[in-house]
Amino acid sequence: MKRWMYIAWILLLMVAPGSRLMALNPESQKELKEQSEAPKKFDAGKFVMEHVMDAHEWHIMKIRETHISIPLPVILYTREKGLSVFFSSKFHHGTKAYKGYLIAQEGPHEGKIVQANSDGSINEEVPLPIDLSITKTVAAMLISMILILLVFIPLARKYVKNPGKAPSGFQSLIEPVILFVRDDIAIPSIGIHRYEKFMPYLLTAFFFILVNNLMGLVPIPPGGANVTGNIAITALLAIFSFLITTFSTNRHYWKHIFNAPGVPWWLKFPIPLMPFIELLGAFTKPLVLCIRLFANILAGHFIALSFIVMIFIFGQINWIAGYGSSIVSVLFYVFMTMLELLVAFIQAYVFTLLSAIYFGMAREESH
Amino acid sequence: MGLVSPDYGTIFWMVLAFSVVFFILRKYAWGPVLKMLKEREQSIEKALQSANEAREGLSRLKSDHEKMLQEAHAEHDQLIGEARQIREQLISKARDEAVQETARVFEHAQRQIENEKLAAINEIRKQVASLSVDIAEKILKRELSDRTQQETLIKEQLSDLKLN
Repeated sequence: MKRWMYIAWILLLMVAPGSRLMALNPESQKELKEQSEAPKKFDAGKFVMEHVMDAHEWHIMKIRETHISIPLPVILYTREKGLSVFFSSKFHHGTKAYKGYLIAQEGPHEGKIVQANSDGSINEEVPLPIDLSITKTVAAMLISMILILLVFIPLARKYVKNPGKAPSGFQSLIEPVILFVRDDIAIPSIGIHRYEKFMPYLLTAFFFILVNNLMGLVPIPPGGANVTGNIAITALLAIFSFLITTFSTNRHYWKHIFNAPGVPWWLKFPIPLMPFIELLGAFTKPLVLCIRLFANILAGHFIALSFIVMIFIFGQINWIAGYGSSIVSVLFYVFMTMLELLVAFIQAYVFTLLSAIYFGMAREESH
Repeated sequence: MGLVSPDYGTIFWMVLAFSVVFFILRKYAWGPVLKMLKEREQSIEKALQSANEAREGLSRLKSDHEKMLQEAHAEHDQLIGEARQIREQLISKARDEAVQETARVFEHAQRQIENEKLAAINEIRKQVASLSVDIAEKILKRELSDRTQQETLIKEQLSDLKLN
C-alpha cells in the first residue's frame, strides 16, 4: 500500500512540469486559448532544435514570458571595431543589438552574430565578425574538461602516493575503466609492443566522450548541452584519430592502399580502381567515426526531447490530454535516458575501439 | 549555427581545450597512472613468481629431506642386516668348529682308550702267562704228593688269580 502511494507521488511529480504550460483553472485556460490564437504558437520542431543546437546563451527555462538563461562570454573580432568581449546577456535573448552586433533571428545566418545597422536590422554588406565566443557547447565542453582534470589529476597523485597498493575509494571505480581501455581496447587492437604510445590519446578520447555523453544526459546546467552531438566536436575527434593514424603509418599501410596484395592486376591498371577505393577508405574511416558519434548522441537528445515535447503538444489540445500524455512521456523519457546511459558508454567504447583498430592497422606488418 | 555545419568557434575552442587537456593528462595523469599500474602488475607478478619459487624450493627441500631419510633408513636396514648375517655366520662357524673339535677330541680319546685297552690286555696276558708258569711250577713241585692237595692247590691258585 505504501509502495502504491509512493508510485502515485512520483507520477504526480512527473506530471508537475507539464502543468506549467497547462492551465489548471478555466481563467488561465482562456488565457492560454488567447495565447494560442496569437501567432506565438508552440513550435515543437523549433523547441527541439533550440535544445540540441549551439547558442550564445545557456537557456534554462521560460516562465511565462521571462527567459531564464546563463549568459556566456561573447568574443568577436572585426577589422574595423577590433576585439570586443561582453556577455551574451547584453543581447537580451537576441532581441537587442549591442556594440553594432546582433544575433540573427532568421535568414541564412540564423543564430549567428552579425553586424547590425544603426536601426537594428542586419547589415548584409559587411562580412560576419570572427566569432570565438564561448558558446553553450564550448562552455559545456570546458566544464567537462575541468571535471576530467579534477578527477584524474588527484587520482594520479593517489597512485603516485601509494605505489604498489591495491586501489581504494574512487580509484576502484576508475581503475577498471582504465584497465578496460588498456586491456580490451588498446592491447588487442594495437598489439602489446606498441600500444603504450597511443594510450594517452585513447584514454583522453574515451573519457572526453564518456563524460560529455553523460553530462548531456543531465537535464540541468552544467549538463544538458549537446557536446558530443555537435558535428564540430565529433569531426575534430575523428580528425585527431585520422592524424594519429596517418602519422604512425609504415610502408605496409601505404602498400596496402596503392598496391593491395591479392587483388587482380586489372583492378589496379590501367584504371587504378582499387587504389582509389582504398585511398577513399582511409578518409571514410574517420568520417564514419565522426558521423556515428554525432548521429547517435544527437538522436538520443532528439528522442528524449520529443517525448517531452509531446506533453506540450497534447497540452495544447486540452489539459487532460496533457496530463495523460505526461505520464506516458515521462516513463518513455526515463526509459530513453536509461538507454542513453548505455549508449554513452557504448559510443565512447566504439569510438576508442575503432580509433585503436585504425592505429593498429597503420602499423600492421605484412601478412 | 547549423546542425551539420561545423562552427569554427567551436573548432577553435575544441582544439585548444582538447590539446591542453590532452597534454596535461598525459603528463600528470595517464603517465603516472599507467606507470604505476604496470609497476604494480609487475610487482604482483614478481611476488607470485617468487612465491611459486619458494613453494617449489620448499617442496624440493622436503623431497630431499625425505630422500635422505629414506637413504638413512635403507642404510640402517642394510647395516643391521649385515650385522645379523655376520653374527649368524660367526655362530654357525663357531658351532661347526666346536662340533669338529668335539669329534676330534672324542676320536682321540677313543683311540687312546683302545690303546690302553690293548696295553691292558697285553699286560693281562703277560701276567696270566707268568702266573700260569708260576702255577704250573708250583703244581709241578707239589704234584707228586697228593691228588686232593693238587686240586686244592689249583683252586687256591685260581681264586688268587681272580682276586688279582
